[in-house]
Amino acid sequence: MTMQTSMDVTRRSATTTPSSSIRETPKVAKLIDESKCIGCKACQVACQEWNDLKEDIGMNVGVYDNPADLTASSWTLMRFAEVENETRLDWLIRKDGCMHCADPGCLKACPSPGAIVQYANGIVDFKQENCIGCGYCVTGCPFDIPRISKKDSKAYKCTLCSDRVSVGLEPACVKTCPTGAIVFGGKDEMVAYGEKRAGELKERGYQKAALYNPAGVGGTHVMYVLRHGDKPQEYSGLPADPKVSPMVSLWKGIAKPLGVAAMGLTALFAFLHYVRVGPNDAEVDNDKH
Amino acid sequence: MTNHWVDIKNADLILIMGGNAAEAHPCGFKWVTEAMQHRKAKLVVVDPRYTRSAAVADYYAPLRVGTDIAFLAGVINHMLSNNKIHAEYVKAYTNATFLVNPDFKFDNGFFSGYSEEKRTYDKSTWAYQRGKDDFVLVDETMQDPQCVFQLMKKHYSRYTPELVSKITGTPKEQFLKVAEYIAGTHTPDKVMTICYALGWTQHTVGSQNIRAMAMIQLLLGNMGRAGGGVNALRGHANVQGITDMCAYSEVLPGYLGAPGDGDVDRETYLKARTPKPLRPNQMNFPQNFSKWHTSLMKAWYGAAATKENDFAYDWLPKRDTAYDSLAIFDRMFQGKVNGFICQGFNPIAAIPNKKKLGTAFAKLKYLVVIDPLRTETAEFWKNYGAFNDVDPSKIQTEVFRLPSSCFAEETGTFTNSSRVIAWKQRAVEPPGEAKVDSEITARLFLKLRAMYKAEPGAFADAIQNLTWTYANANMPAPEELLREINGRAIEDVLAPVDPKAPPVPKGTPPTVLVKAGEQLPGFAMLRDDGSTACGNWIYAGCFSQAGNLTARRDLADPSGLGNYPGWGFSWPANRRVLYNRAGADPAGKPWDASRRGIAWNGKAWAGVDVPDIAPALGPESGAGPFIMTPEGVARLFAVGLMNEGPFPEHYEPFETPVGTNLMCPTNPKAVSNPAARVFKGDLEQFGKAAEFPYAATTYRLTEHHHFWTKNSISNSSVQPAQFIEIGTELAKEKGIHNGDMVKVKSMRGEIKATCVVTKRIKGLDVNGKKVHHVGIPIHWGFIGVAQNGYLSNTLTPYVGDANSQTPEFKAFLVNIEKA
Amino acid sequence: MDMNRRQFFKACTAGIGGSSLGILGFSSQEALAQTRNFKLARTTETRSTCPYCSVSCGVIMYTLGDTAKNNKPKIIHIEGDPDNPVNRGTLCPKGAGLVDMIQSPNRLKHPEVREPGSNEWKRISWDEALTRIAKHMKADRDKNFIAKNDKGVTVNRWNTTAMLISSAASNESGYLAVKTARALGMVAFDTQARI
Repeated sequence: MTMQTSMDVTRRSATTTPSSSIRETPKVAKLIDESKCIGCKACQVACQEWNDLKEDIGMNVGVYDNPADLTASSWTLMRFAEVENETRLDWLIRKDGCMHCADPGCLKACPSPGAIVQYANGIVDFKQENCIGCGYCVTGCPFDIPRISKKDSKAYKCTLCSDRVSVGLEPACVKTCPTGAIVFGGKDEMVAYGEKRAGELKERGYQKAALYNPAGVGGTHVMYVLRHGDKPQEYSGLPADPKVSPMVSLWKGIAKPLGVAAMGLTALFAFLHYVRVGPNDAEVDNDKH
Repeated sequence: MTNHWVDIKNADLILIMGGNAAEAHPCGFKWVTEAMQHRKAKLVVVDPRYTRSAAVADYYAPLRVGTDIAFLAGVINHMLSNNKIHAEYVKAYTNATFLVNPDFKFDNGFFSGYSEEKRTYDKSTWAYQRGKDDFVLVDETMQDPQCVFQLMKKHYSRYTPELVSKITGTPKEQFLKVAEYIAGTHTPDKVMTICYALGWTQHTVGSQNIRAMAMIQLLLGNMGRAGGGVNALRGHANVQGITDMCAYSEVLPGYLGAPGDGDVDRETYLKARTPKPLRPNQMNFPQNFSKWHTSLMKAWYGAAATKENDFAYDWLPKRDTAYDSLAIFDRMFQGKVNGFICQGFNPIAAIPNKKKLGTAFAKLKYLVVIDPLRTETAEFWKNYGAFNDVDPSKIQTEVFRLPSSCFAEETGTFTNSSRVIAWKQRAVEPPGEAKVDSEITARLFLKLRAMYKAEPGAFADAIQNLTWTYANANMPAPEELLREINGRAIEDVLAPVDPKAPPVPKGTPPTVLVKAGEQLPGFAMLRDDGSTACGNWIYAGCFSQAGNLTARRDLADPSGLGNYPGWGFSWPANRRVLYNRAGADPAGKPWDASRRGIAWNGKAWAGVDVPDIAPALGPESGAGPFIMTPEGVARLFAVGLMNEGPFPEHYEPFETPVGTNLMCPTNPKAVSNPAARVFKGDLEQFGKAAEFPYAATTYRLTEHHHFWTKNSISNSSVQPAQFIEIGTELAKEKGIHNGDMVKVKSMRGEIKATCVVTKRIKGLDVNGKKVHHVGIPIHWGFIGVAQNGYLSNTLTPYVGDANSQTPEFKAFLVNIEKA
Repeated sequence: MDMNRRQFFKACTAGIGGSSLGILGFSSQEALAQTRNFKLARTTETRSTCPYCSVSCGVIMYTLGDTAKNNKPKIIHIEGDPDNPVNRGTLCPKGAGLVDMIQSPNRLKHPEVREPGSNEWKRISWDEALTRIAKHMKADRDKNFIAKNDKGVTVNRWNTTAMLISSAASNESGYLAVKTARALGMVAFDTQARI
C-alpha cells in the first residue's frame, strides 16, 4: 500500500476541494492492550530511533514519566498513575500519543492548506512544509497531543510510522513492544481483537474491561483495551467522551464561507472580531461534513 | 534457567519473586503475558516494591527485604501440613526417603558442627546413613524420624503463617493467598514456573533463597517439566556463557573444580572430584570427571600434556584461599595486589562500598581498563566534585585505558539464560583504533610470552607451551576458538569394549567412533587417555563435523512447546529442558499428556527433547532423573555443599531493621547468616537500626542497563536522573514531598538525589514495629550523557552470600532526610 | 458550543504568537502528501545478539553504505530479529536504543595512559600501551610468583595481579581470557557473572 499519490489522501486541512475517494484502501489501526503494558518505554525509544529524534535529557521531577510531557521530539509517552482503593492498588500505565481520530480535530482546526492530511488508511499526518506553527491543531485536539517545536515552530506528533506502514511494516512502537501490548492491523480486525481481549479480561475478574474507541471523534485508529474501561480518566486523564473542541467548530464556521485565498488575514480579523463581539455570533458547526 | 524463555508460555502459574522480570527482562516477560492470555495462567508477584511486574499481575504481596526464606519456608510448611505435594514425585525423585546421620541436629539457629570462632561449619554430621554396601539407607514409607522427609517436616513446622507474617511483614492473609496459589500446582496437571534474578542472589543468604524455591518446585513435582523449573533470569547477554567458561578462580571451564593447595597431585585432585554412586544403578555422571579434565588439559597444552607429566597438572595454578571479587578487592584494599586488569567491568560502580574500592585502586601500581566506553573505574583518580571527591596528585596508580569493541563489531557466540549458544555476526569495524577483546588478550599474552623467551623469569612452561594454533596469532578467529571449545579427536576415538559382548575374532579392527582430527560430536566421546581435546566439555557438540551448530536458524517447533531444537545449540547436548526425565513418571509416562517432554517407548527414551538420561536406560533400571548427583535424585536435604546448613533457614540481613532473628530470638549469634564471611574492618562498617532505621534495597529500572546506558542518549532521555523512592507514609513522617532533594546515608557514605514519593512502597508491620523501605535505583554515576549522579554503591555493605560471595545489595540500612 | 472567554483568548494567543499566520502556509504548490522515504531501503542487514540482559534478543543491524573500498559502512538502525524464537522481533527500551550505545560520545577510540599523579589522559599507541603493561605484568609476576607453598607442594600461582573478565564479551573472548590467565598462573580473577 504505497501512499505516493493524492488518491491516498482523503482529507487535507483548510482545503475545500473534495478529495479523491475512488480507491478502496483498507483502514489500519493500532491497539494498545493496557493489561499487558509494563510501561517499559521501549515504544518511546523505538519511536525516537525510527524517526531520528533526539529528546533532551531532562531531570527527574518525582515521577516515572520522562520526559514529563509529550514534546516535539517525543511523539509517544508512557504516563503512570497510582490509583488506590480499599481493595487494591493499581499502577495504571498508558502509552499516550496521537489517537489518529477518524474525525480529526487537529485537521479541522488547521488553517494551513495541506499541513494536516488524513490518508485513506486512516493515518493522520502532519506535513511540516505546510505548517505555519499557529498551534490551532493543539487546541483542536481533544487528546492534547500535538506539540510545537521550539526549534522550528512547527507542529509534530506521531505519524503512525506512515513511512513504515506504506511499505507494509508495522509502526516502530508496535514492532518493538516486548509484551505484545501493542498490536497493529486492519481497523475492523483490531476492533474485533480488542473486544475479544476485553471479554478475556472480564473473565479474569476485570468486570469493566472495555475497548476504547470513542465515538465522539468518529472512532480512532489508535485504540486501547482498558481493564477499568469505565474509568478512562484514571489513566492519566484519558478523556471519557472526547469530542472535537469548540474552537475547531468556530474555525470551521468562518473558514468555509470565506474561502482559502484570503484566509490568513481574514482569520486574524475574524478572531479579533470574535473577541470584541463575543461568541454568540458564531455558528455551532459540529456536525459531520 | 533449567527450562528456557519460551517455555514460560507453558506454565499455569508464574511466580515472580526475587526478581522483576517485566523491568529487567521485558522481552522474556512476553512469555509471561503469552501464558496469561493463551493458557489463562496466573501471575503472582512477591516483592518489597510494587513493581512494573506487579502492575500486570493477578496478585501482589509485599515482603520485607531479606526475608524471602521465611516466606518460602512458610510455603513449604503450608504444603506439607495440608498435604499439597506431589507425593509420587517426591518419593521417587528426591532424597525424601534417605536416612540422615542421627548426629545431625538443628538447635536455636545453628545446625550441628558450628564453630563460632571460624564462622564455619564442620559438615560431617550433615550426612546420610550408609549400609554395608556403602549405599545410602532409605525408608520408602518416609516415616522414619531420621528420613529427610520427616526432618524437613519438623524443620519447617516452625514457620507458622503467624510467625512468617511477623518476620516478613507480609499480612498473614496475603501470605496465605500466595501459598495457596503455589500449592495449587501440586497436581500433575498443573505446573508453576518461578522466575527470579538478583533479588534472590544478592543476599548473604542468596544461595539458600534459591534452594528454598528449588525444594518447593521438587515438592510440587515441577522440575523437569514443560512450564516448570527454577529459572534464573540472568544479567548480561553472555553472563551465562562466561559463567560456563568459568572465569572464576574456583572452577575451570565446564564447572570443573579448580585445584587448591590440598590437591597435591593429579590423582588426589581427580579422586576428590569423582564421586561413587550413592544408590544402586545410578548414572552418577560426574564419574566422568577425569575425561573432561584431561581433555581440557589437552586443549590447552596439546602435545606438551602427556601421561608422563600427568597431563601438565602442575601447570594449573593452585588456590590457597578464596579469590572472588569481594576477596580480591579486600586484598587490594590491604595492599596485597599490585596490578589489576579490568576487562568490560566497572567495579567501582558494581562492587559494594565505593569508598573502599577507590582506596583499594589507589594502592595499585598499575590498572588496565579494557572497555568500549568511558567508565568510572578508569577515572577513579579524577575529581568529579561530590560524586568523586579525590585528589589526583595523591594517587600514584598508573592507569591504562584500552578501547575495545562492542557487540556490533565482533563475531562469535553469546549464550542466553536458556543456555542456548547463538552465533552472531559483526556489522562494522570498531571505532578508531578500538580492537576486539580476544585480539587485545592475544596481543598482550604474546607480548609477555616473547618477553619470557627473551628474558627468563618466573616459571614459564605453561606460558610457552600454551596451544596457540590460530592462523593469525594476534587475532584468533572466533570460529577457531569455538572449534577448540567444542573439542576434537587427537587420535582415533575407539568404542569402549563391552565386557558383556561376545568376544570378537582376533584381528578385528576396533570400532572407530571419531577419526583423528575430526571435531567431536558430543561429550560422550571424551577420553582421559589424551586422545581427545576439549576446551569446555559442556559445549561439546556445538561445533561438530556437521559444522557450526550455534549458527542454526531453523524455526521448526514440532512439539508446539517452543523448544526450537534447530535454533542454535543448547548445552548440554542440545537439551532444552534440564532434568526432563523427571517430566515423566517412574514408569516413563509423561505426568501431563498435554505437555509431553520425553517418554519411555519400551526401548528408549524419546520425545520432543534430548533425553536427560542415557537413552536406553529404562524405568526398570531404577536410575533416577538427576544424573549429576551420585544419588540419582534431587536433594531436599543438601549433604555437604551448602555452607550454612542442609535446609534453608531464615537469617536476617547483616544490617537488620529489627535486630533479632524471630526464628531463634535467644541466640544473638544467629541473627544473620552465621557462616557468611566478614572481612576484618567491615564488621565495624555495618550500621544499626538505631542510627539507620530504614530498610534499603538497590535495583535496576527497565529504561537502563546497569551503568552502560547512561552513555546512550535515548535511554538517558527516558530516565534521565537519579532518584530515590519512598512510600507516602514515610514521606509524611519525614516532611518530604515528591520531587524534593533528599540525602540518603548509610554507614559507608551518603548520596543525594530527587525523591519519588509513591504509594507502591508500603510500611510493613514487622513484629509490631513499622518498617519502611527506601528504594535506590542504581544506574547513575559521574560519567555518561545522563545527568551525573552518585554511585549507589557508595551506600552498600561489603559482605556476600556464604556460598557464592555475591554481595548483599538487596538489604541494608539507611537513614533519609530532606537535603 | 461551550467555550468561555478565557479559552478563546488562549486559543487566539497561541495562534497569533505561534507564527505569522497571515503570511505563511499558503504556498501555491500543492505538495503531494508523501510519506517520508523508507530509510532502510538501501541498507545491509546483519544479524546479531543484543548485549544487554540474558534474554539475548536477536537483532538486525542495518548498515548504510555498500562494501566499496572508499566507503565505510555505518549502522543507522537496529531492530529486533523477527526470526529469533525468544524475542520475535521485539526489543526493550535498552535494545531499541542500541544505536545510541554503539555511537555514544563516550566510546573509547584510542589507547590512553594516565601517569601517576597526573590529572589527565594521554593518547599512546597500542604498541606502547601493550609493552608498558606487559613489562608491569612481568615485573610483578617475576617478583611475586609462588612456585611452591610452605609445604613444598607445587602451586605455580601468581596472586598479586588480579583480573576481572567481562561477562559482556563473547564465549570465544572469555575462553581465551581464561586460558591465558590460567597459563600465567593467575588465581585472583573473577567475573561480573558472580555479582
